[in-house]
Amino acid sequence: MDNRLEKIVKVLQEKASATYEEFRGELHIFINPGQIVDVLTFLRDEHQFSLFSAMTAVDYWPRQNPRFHVIYQLTSLTQNLSLQLRVPVNEGQLKIPTATQVFQSANWREREIFDMFGIEFDGHPDPRRILMPDDWEGHPLRKDYPLGYEEPQFTFNFEEIDLRKPYAKE
Amino acid sequence: MSEYQLQEIPVGPYRHLVSERAVSGETMLLNMGPQHPSTHGVLRLLLELDGEVIVNCIPDIGFLHTGVEKNMEAKTYQKAEVMTDRLDYMNNMGNNLAYVMAVEKLVDLDVPPRAQALRVILTELQRIASHLVWLGTAALDLAAMSVFLYCFREREIILDIFELVSGQRMMTTYFRPGGVWRDVPVEFEAAVRNFIRIFPKRIDEYEALLTNNPLFLDRVAIIGKLSAQDALSYGVTGPNMRASGVDWDLRKVRPYMGYEQYDFNVPTDTRGDVLARYLVRVQEMRESLKIVEQALNKLPIGPVRSDNRKFVPPPRSEIGTSMESLIHHFKLWTDGFPAPKASIYSAVESPRGELGVYLEGDGGPKPYRVHWRTPSFENLEVLPLISKGHLVADLVAIIGSIDIVLGDIDR
Repeated sequence: MDNRLEKIVKVLQEKASATYEEFRGELHIFINPGQIVDVLTFLRDEHQFSLFSAMTAVDYWPRQNPRFHVIYQLTSLTQNLSLQLRVPVNEGQLKIPTATQVFQSANWREREIFDMFGIEFDGHPDPRRILMPDDWEGHPLRKDYPLGYEEPQFTFNFEEIDLRKPYAKE
Repeated sequence: MSEYQLQEIPVGPYRHLVSERAVSGETMLLNMGPQHPSTHGVLRLLLELDGEVIVNCIPDIGFLHTGVEKNMEAKTYQKAEVMTDRLDYMNNMGNNLAYVMAVEKLVDLDVPPRAQALRVILTELQRIASHLVWLGTAALDLAAMSVFLYCFREREIILDIFELVSGQRMMTTYFRPGGVWRDVPVEFEAAVRNFIRIFPKRIDEYEALLTNNPLFLDRVAIIGKLSAQDALSYGVTGPNMRASGVDWDLRKVRPYMGYEQYDFNVPTDTRGDVLARYLVRVQEMRESLKIVEQALNKLPIGPVRSDNRKFVPPPRSEIGTSMESLIHHFKLWTDGFPAPKASIYSAVESPRGELGVYLEGDGGPKPYRVHWRTPSFENLEVLPLISKGHLVADLVAIIGSIDIVLGDIDR
């Protein structure tokens, strides 16, 4: 690990009781949902992690505690460093604080995570779906959401299948 | 009243996004798109207008959502690559590169030098092709019709090169984990040299048509200003960010695929307006051409695929003579290869900015989770900020200048 990152990890271990993992030279720091805004602000202001590279989530269904990990990928342009914060989210409490006050780009990324995983962000300025239609039911990227398929139509059963095909409603 | 009359949108669900004046009916909510020729795909913009001045702009995306991330979870690592071409349809080679680099990082796979150099040549040609489409369409939006035709003429040469190496003009899937699909044919070098010979003069032609054209300059100068601080806060990357004065190019600061061997500049500008973004991209085409020429001059000779048989299929000639190879080939195309239960994030510089792939394996042959951090998503998010207070006609120029690809945004 880079010694500049080592210092950050030490501070976060003391302040936010963080744990960390390393894989292929990447640093993943685990943070509690309650402290994520403070940690993001700290990294942005004290350690110049000014670029909010990516934000996404992973579903570990059927595991319940934690069921999701919300992932924040940060980049420091001045130090040329990257690190990843991971916030575990339990099935019962699908609500974590929003990061929009710290990074503007979290706005759409959080809408996308809400849309795809159903994790809500407390204090989000615009909590609507973003990619799926407004009246869509379910959250497609969850592991308990089926992928879906299309029945192939052949000459002998073309009309029979055509009747039950879910075309867009007029 | 005829049914084709202009219809206002009710404030209803957009109450928290519009100003007080929209509620009282003083300003007007109007749709622009999704089928508007200047929105570069299917982008719907909800505009709050005071006369012709934009008070608020609310982008509505998702019309091209195809569930690529979900679909990739159901395919093996090799098969999932086919979907990457279809994300950002102007940057197929670049998407392939981002994906195969992520897979290579996850399973720790080597890439021979010749394959690396070929990847550099082809992704840089792709960058030029993408910028040509951008230049053509952005100029077309500003009523410069002829530039569009010239740009597509040159793009055709690049697509012919892609067809030569991969058999496909756009959906190439030419890069594979561990190398490239096969070695390039003998005609490849002459075709690329031909392009290197003619293209600099063609860029001069575009610049003659646009850079010093007062009609064009009047339309693009000082509008759509984006400050460096806003660019960072909104996560804007690529040429848009460099036009705002932030010198950050992943090819330079975190070289991959041997970019450190090539001598090139990263064009930047400090003005942050539409003109600056135009100038940065035009210079980027010249720099990309420099990289292509250098890479072609020192193109190493050797294998184009790793010989790690656990991940890369053996050559056809070995399958007839070696039982081991036959087994490997069979296992790879029926089962796929397993990847460790871990996650990585790998990013490349696409023509639009940082194209990142978050890839998580679960020990099996299929990815557990793939997330595409696509640059256009963030680049579009900044549009409401930079279009505020401008005229609708300027909005067309601004959308053109941020170079969005809706396939890249909606995934």
